[in-house]
Amino acid sequence: MSETDNLPSGRSRIHSLEMRGITKRFPGVLASDHVNFDVKAGEVHALLGENGAGKSTLMKILYGLYHPDEGEILINGKPVRISSPTDSINLGIGMIHQHFMLVPTLTVAENVALGLPSSRGLLTDLDVVSKRIVDLADIYGLRLDPSAYVWQLSVGQQQRIEIIKALYRGAALLILDEPTAVLTPQEVDELFVIMRQMTKDGHGLVFISHKLHEVVEICNRVSVLRDGKMIGTRPTSETTKQDLANWMVGREVGFAPDRGNVQRGEIRLKLEDVKCGSDRGTPGLRGVSLDIHAGEILGIAGVSGNGQRELAEAVTGLRKVISGKVTLEGGEITNLQPAEITERLLSYIPEERMKDGMIKDFTVAENLILREHHKPPYSNYGFLNLKNISANADMLIKKFRVKTPSQETMAKNLSGGNIQKIVLAREISRTPRVIIAAQPTRGLDIGATEYVREQLLEQRKLGTAIILISEDLDEIFALSDRIAVLYEGSVMDIVPRASATPQKLGMLMAGVHPENA
Amino acid sequence: MISDLFSVTVLVGILASGIRLSTPYLYAAIGETFGQKSGVLNLGVEGQMLLGSFAAFYVALTTGNLWLGLLTAIIVGALMGLAMAYVTVNLHAQQGISGIGFYLFGLGMSDLLFQKLMGTVETVKGFPEIHIPFLSDIPGIGKIFFSQNILVYLAYLLVPVAWFVLNKTTLGLKIRSVGENPDAADSLGVSVARVRYFTIILGGILSGVAGASMSIALLNVFQQNMTSGLGFIAVALVYFGAWRPIGVLGGALLFSLINSLQLWIQVLSIPIPSDLAVMMPYVVTILVLVATVSRVRAPSALTKPFERGD
Repeated sequence: MSETDNLPSGRSRIHSLEMRGITKRFPGVLASDHVNFDVKAGEVHALLGENGAGKSTLMKILYGLYHPDEGEILINGKPVRISSPTDSINLGIGMIHQHFMLVPTLTVAENVALGLPSSRGLLTDLDVVSKRIVDLADIYGLRLDPSAYVWQLSVGQQQRIEIIKALYRGAALLILDEPTAVLTPQEVDELFVIMRQMTKDGHGLVFISHKLHEVVEICNRVSVLRDGKMIGTRPTSETTKQDLANWMVGREVGFAPDRGNVQRGEIRLKLEDVKCGSDRGTPGLRGVSLDIHAGEILGIAGVSGNGQRELAEAVTGLRKVISGKVTLEGGEITNLQPAEITERLLSYIPEERMKDGMIKDFTVAENLILREHHKPPYSNYGFLNLKNISANADMLIKKFRVKTPSQETMAKNLSGGNIQKIVLAREISRTPRVIIAAQPTRGLDIGATEYVREQLLEQRKLGTAIILISEDLDEIFALSDRIAVLYEGSVMDIVPRASATPQKLGMLMAGVHPENA
Repeated sequence: MISDLFSVTVLVGILASGIRLSTPYLYAAIGETFGQKSGVLNLGVEGQMLLGSFAAFYVALTTGNLWLGLLTAIIVGALMGLAMAYVTVNLHAQQGISGIGFYLFGLGMSDLLFQKLMGTVETVKGFPEIHIPFLSDIPGIGKIFFSQNILVYLAYLLVPVAWFVLNKTTLGLKIRSVGENPDAADSLGVSVARVRYFTIILGGILSGVAGASMSIALLNVFQQNMTSGLGFIAVALVYFGAWRPIGVLGGALLFSLINSLQLWIQVLSIPIPSDLAVMMPYVVTILVLVATVSRVRAPSALTKPFERGD
């Protein structure tokens, strides 16, 4: 009987893990600069930092995906060599990736069994694997059906597969890379229960997150990275959210942006019983009615895949509306061409900024005129006016503080935050009447997030009607005047911000009316 | 007359040669299925077949040993696969384009070797029919299914074996996951490169056998471009069969039966223009693909080179 025949447990495999003087250079960047970091059994250690601060680099080194130029890794005081994920798995390190590393067309058991030796030699032993999955799931309170196909499962369940995968391989130390980014508040609570059970069992956890209140809630210690350097490590009990934010950014950060007092105006955008399909052929929106007023931000909350994308696309003309009516300032725009809707000054900040928000291989200047390129001052009779395009780029780069080497730089070479600034600059500078902002700060760091939110509030002050689609409840609370919750393509409820609580929204997002619960 | 087609002898003949003609489709398309399941589209099948076909024929002709010919085709196919794997896996070349390159290489090289080494069309005595005792005596059925050459039997054996390997073994699990989400496979310590090398070389070997089955079992000659697009149809069959060996078998049978029908129409001098008849399999390819292809999703990572990192 080998060790792996018993149910794996975190106990006794890794008492401590230490990374010493880790340095990693990429062309032109020092991604990790003599970083020290350590985790002990039974603790949750938070790793904080802005995008590009070096969190992922450090963790990829620990997991064997990157090789450090300098530095060493010690487990239980002994130096170890990690040159591939296989090495780190064998040493007892597991990683829950932010983008799940699952094969959707395979079952839970197949995903867990992948890459492992089978008790039946060349043949798969899925029955054995399934039984052990159920045993493991019982210990840690992870409910899962081993024979379910991954694509049928919710995001929360998929994350549990990732955790099971790591535990199944005997992981004593788990790296959780922004595990809560995609979860509902209830799912986050469930994850924290599981995490507490794991630390009790002797596992060490590394918790990467942007959400400071979660760090304060679940972690024992917190380390902050900035620009590839370790700024410091402290017990969580000795810090506050404000301290951590300032530490991360390196300056004072405003937490709750100033919303000011804005008088709500007339109805700008109206949806009446709008129905449309989804990419999977199932109903996308099942009769959605919404009013958005001038000077108002209407937050759309919900777990991803509940109709948010379809809503944005139905309004912007990118998706065919099957029935119902969309009106913009009194004029019907249902199923008009996107170009015609654009003409009526509806601006769109799409969810996938790299795919739908810009053209990666175009320059910054070109991306800035995508929406208006066909008319003066940017072109006359089909000829581009390069002088005006360049002047426009200079102006917007300055105004929106876009960090780019030049206006001739390819958009794909900029950071996520600066790419979003370009989209924002293009969409806002045309003085829109309505803005649809879909996940406008997803993946952005605190500094860029703060900036985007300020700009949206500024637009609200100017009287623009804004739909804010976001899976980030903090963001919904920080910006919205009213909050509509989408669940399976229907609006569960619309609540004024003042009377909304995360618990209430969380239940609505799960499809439960609080009154009926 | 068209009514000539409906005599028992002719029908048995059509079905028997249909089964026989499906052999090269089966080998090539099953090999291609493995490649595509792991995320690699190999458009060079036709070229691999042509070189395998020539290699098998030439060695069989000069040594008189059919098995040695088959072995040579396997080696040639494996080498072509190895080259394809290096270009697509290590060099991250665009799969469609490099596949066309390998096709043109195989086409040109097989012709060059043919001109240099042989010059004129010759024939060999190919693999003989093996009459399975008792079963081959059943009227009709016996002739159709149980009086074929060894490569036909092996081709049909390959179908359940391929299904088993893909669905019931750890190797199959690796292949399927590498074709759907190579990042996931990589993160669990599965070597994406090794899996793809395996499937591409296996595909090359089976393409080589497919070529050999034409030159030393079915037609027993080699001539320039003798596969005439069959390798490309094999690629289409993988889509048609929705990446399942059994579906590939169905597709292979459909096309070979149409081919066989077309041959018999010519043999019986039925008054259908022969150009039209020859066109049939290709027209059917297009029609069937249009009708079926959107049904099933291709492996997600198909044609995408894998590179670790973001």
